[in-house]
Amino acid sequence: MRGRTFGLVVTGIVVAGVSFMRLGANQYYYFAAYVILQYVVLATAWNILGGYTGYVNFGTPAFFALGAYTSVALIKGFAAPLPVLLAAGAAVAGLLGLGIGYLTLRLRGVFFSIATLALAVVLQTMAVNWDYVGGARGISVARPARVPFFGSYVEFLFAVMLLLAVLAIAVAWWIETSRIGRGLAAIRDNEEAAECMGVPTLRLKLIATTVSGSLMGIAGAPFPYYVTFVEPGSAFNLDYAVNSLAMPMIGGTTTWVGPVIGAILLGTAQQVATVTISSALNLLIVGIILVAFVILAPEGILGLVQRLKGGARA
Amino acid sequence: MRHRRRWTSCAVVGALSVTLVLSAGWGAVAQGAEPIKIGFGMALTGGLAANGKAALIGMQLWAEDVNKKGGILGRPVELVYYDDQTKGATVPGIYTKLLDVDKVNFVVSGYGTNLIAPAMPIVMERKLVFPALFGLANNEKLNYPGYFQIMPAGPRPALDWTATFYELAIKQTPRPQTVAIVGADAEYPHNAMAGARENIKRLGFKLVYDSTYPPTTVDFTPIVRSIKALDPDIVAVYSYPPDSAGMVLAAHEVGLRPKMFGAGMVGLQFAALLTKLGPKLNGIVNYDFWVPEPTLRFPGIEEFLQRYQAKAASAGVDPLGYYLPPWAYAYLQVLAQAIEGTKSLDQQKVADYIHKTEFDTIVGKVRFGANGEWLQPRVLQIQFQGIETTDIEQFKQPGKRPVLYPEKYKSGNLIYPYAKAKIQ
Amino acid sequence: MLSLDLLANAVVAGILLGGFYAAVSLGVSIAFGLLDIVNIAHPVFVMLGAYAAYVTNTAFGLDPIVAGVVFTPVFYGIGVVVYRVYYVSFEKKGQESLRGLVFFFGVLFIVEVGLTLKYGVDYRLVEAAYIGESLQIGPVGIAFRLLVPGVVAVLLTLALYLYLGKTFVGRAIQAVSQDSLALRLVGADPVKVKRVAFGLAIATASLAGALLIMIGPVEPSMNREYIGRVFAVAVLGGMGSVGGTLVAAVILGVAESLTSTFFGPSWSVAVSFGLLLLVLAVRPAGLFGR
Repeated sequence: MRGRTFGLVVTGIVVAGVSFMRLGANQYYYFAAYVILQYVVLATAWNILGGYTGYVNFGTPAFFALGAYTSVALIKGFAAPLPVLLAAGAAVAGLLGLGIGYLTLRLRGVFFSIATLALAVVLQTMAVNWDYVGGARGISVARPARVPFFGSYVEFLFAVMLLLAVLAIAVAWWIETSRIGRGLAAIRDNEEAAECMGVPTLRLKLIATTVSGSLMGIAGAPFPYYVTFVEPGSAFNLDYAVNSLAMPMIGGTTTWVGPVIGAILLGTAQQVATVTISSALNLLIVGIILVAFVILAPEGILGLVQRLKGGARA
Repeated sequence: MRHRRRWTSCAVVGALSVTLVLSAGWGAVAQGAEPIKIGFGMALTGGLAANGKAALIGMQLWAEDVNKKGGILGRPVELVYYDDQTKGATVPGIYTKLLDVDKVNFVVSGYGTNLIAPAMPIVMERKLVFPALFGLANNEKLNYPGYFQIMPAGPRPALDWTATFYELAIKQTPRPQTVAIVGADAEYPHNAMAGARENIKRLGFKLVYDSTYPPTTVDFTPIVRSIKALDPDIVAVYSYPPDSAGMVLAAHEVGLRPKMFGAGMVGLQFAALLTKLGPKLNGIVNYDFWVPEPTLRFPGIEEFLQRYQAKAASAGVDPLGYYLPPWAYAYLQVLAQAIEGTKSLDQQKVADYIHKTEFDTIVGKVRFGANGEWLQPRVLQIQFQGIETTDIEQFKQPGKRPVLYPEKYKSGNLIYPYAKAKIQ
Repeated sequence: MLSLDLLANAVVAGILLGGFYAAVSLGVSIAFGLLDIVNIAHPVFVMLGAYAAYVTNTAFGLDPIVAGVVFTPVFYGIGVVVYRVYYVSFEKKGQESLRGLVFFFGVLFIVEVGLTLKYGVDYRLVEAAYIGESLQIGPVGIAFRLLVPGVVAVLLTLALYLYLGKTFVGRAIQAVSQDSLALRLVGADPVKVKRVAFGLAIATASLAGALLIMIGPVEPSMNREYIGRVFAVAVLGGMGSVGGTLVAAVILGVAESLTSTFFGPSWSVAVSFGLLLLVLAVRPAGLFGR
């Protein structure tokens, strides 16, 4: 997608978001939309490493929770304002991504995935044992009462997440259309061949893990204000791992559009199910959706659309 | 091949359209303003679902009872609830949906500290009265006057909850000196252990072991052995059902025989563990809130339990229902009596009324203090005694779990030390 | 506080615990190690096995181990069916890893919810004469509740090891991951071989589940706690090495047990996974991997 078209899409999204804010009087819609936008960021971030580069990250909760807990520490210690929290969350999670990328550079395929899983467990144990941020007991974070320009703090959080979503897809689009993206695709298709061709695989992988991690961390940074009570069980929830994997897969992993579609569809479906079906059946439906999509539409919705149009995907 | 592809593609697109249509219907507001609507989130799936589902049955029985008698202020009562999946992150969304879209008249809490906490900012912002179900010290720092906690922990929850065990211990001869405390790395045990430490210091015991374990621990024998090596007089465990069972089994196998063993094991109130652990429980002194002893025959409780037990088996929840369901019934009773008492639906009036009234419920007389906790703690200490089989009926009768403390409800004597209770 | 008694007991407890972990991880070692199938749903099949043992124990008083053995052919059948779906949908088209992963996540949710809907979320345990008893050998006390799973696990591992090493089908299974063309040349159909292998992997879940419910109470969502552990064991042991799986499991079990006894249980899980990360960094193929 060319730069101009992309710019138009972004503008469209921002306009849609702003009109939503002017229309929606119910706080509930802000809460629900926040979660969906959060998943847009997580799915897009995941896809940079997963879809573009072919490295399946199982440890989304680690990066997300790191962003959240960094915020908690900064709020508690310095009463830091939101922009600082966002920057800090991105930086710390990015560093983690860099570290993990560097440590696992010799691991191919699923070994990398196992390492990310192990990372999530280790980080969760550390969070449980770090009393300053609540440890196993959890910690309450007070939502600021007032914020200029916005009706309520929740509306403000929604706007922040909207901007983060735009940031994430802009980063994804930029990577995809740049030389970095072509290099990542080469790694995805055949890493050894890419190395032989002179593609700087190590550097590219590090960029991918750092950027991916940063974006996940930045998605987690406002979380304490959203939920007002942070404890390791919910911050490190398996949901984040499953959803950030499933959403790109449902939407399509090869471009930035796929994760967005997947996040909006699956995210919305989950929000709706929470307040309608609201029982163990929720999880059953998610399970069935996953299995159905993976069997019937393996290239995601984008692939499906392409096929309906009659063209065969290369 | 193209046919098949086309068909499956269309099927998927069709499924997507259905999803989108469902989403459109999402914003539909619930009909009718006649019934009084009480909204809440409850853990129907996830880690706390065993208790959450049982609580829901208790609440539904309450709604049935109220409606049979003509409702509150002449209007029928309707429960509007959603599954919070034991995830704090769903709670803000659920409560704003209940309030803004479903337009409920009152909200009550879900089950457990972690699910009550995320709702507090919302109820505080909108100045709502908020009866809460079994959260440990949610209001300690907030001091919100609309919060009411039905768990009878007492004005300083973590301290008062854990105190009765140690207060019972200090009365025994030979007087125990050393204490080992152990608990899971999770919210309730951490809070309880903090309270326990203070009580231990206050009463002059010596703390010789103080550790926590990950909730996913499979084998407790190493932990129990470390404790046994120190030979403490008292072993106090603060755990959830799987680890409670694990600790009891390990203690039995390792031969841990302190002078007093128990304290805060959640799960020893449930049929599943009672029947499977059976005689291994003998001698354990544990907290409880209600047992079928003659000193606790509050009006309405037995009839409630019979009705609950009839529904429980088919619902896949604890068949006895002594732990949470009566309290879930009671916190709604308090709310209803307050609405009737003030003859209004005004949040502030109802909250004020609750503060200054003593209520008659199926769990006895309930009186709240200034911070919304019970004015007087009523955490019972019971001891398992004389269990010889794994039959469930014995637990429905008095005698197997006499109340030792507080004096007001005492129905039996402590067999001390712990080892003596084992020989039966 | 280092007493020899405590040390000996911790080591023995760790070995037995490790044996149990091995039983749970064998299926993953085969599926993931030999067939490259990331079966993240394996723990939930173990849970299914646990419930099968629970049902027969409550209804007929059947000993859980016996139940585990009796249900093994049933689970083999389930494995074959699941593999068929997996093969037709993914392997044939050459699109495994990510899709397969998501597929198994879906299977995980479906089975977990199925168990929840049928049996509820109440904790389930089994009764057997030896649960709660222990035997004393010198300073070391061993609970039967852990001894029996440990012993059964070792026997299971041995059985699998012999099968994979000595029988034609077994060797074909080992070969199929290395060189399926060569396998075809020897007259074995790789697809059939993989089907048998995956069936075998799920079959182990039956017995593993029985062991699980013997050790402690179960409830459907507990399967998620084991996902990390089983893959850690399989990877640590070296992909596809059955013996390696047992050794790795015992190492992890002993590490957990020692940390629990001497340093405080809080960190025991982190120690296991930290060990895994270390091994991955130093020797990605695992201890016994090729």
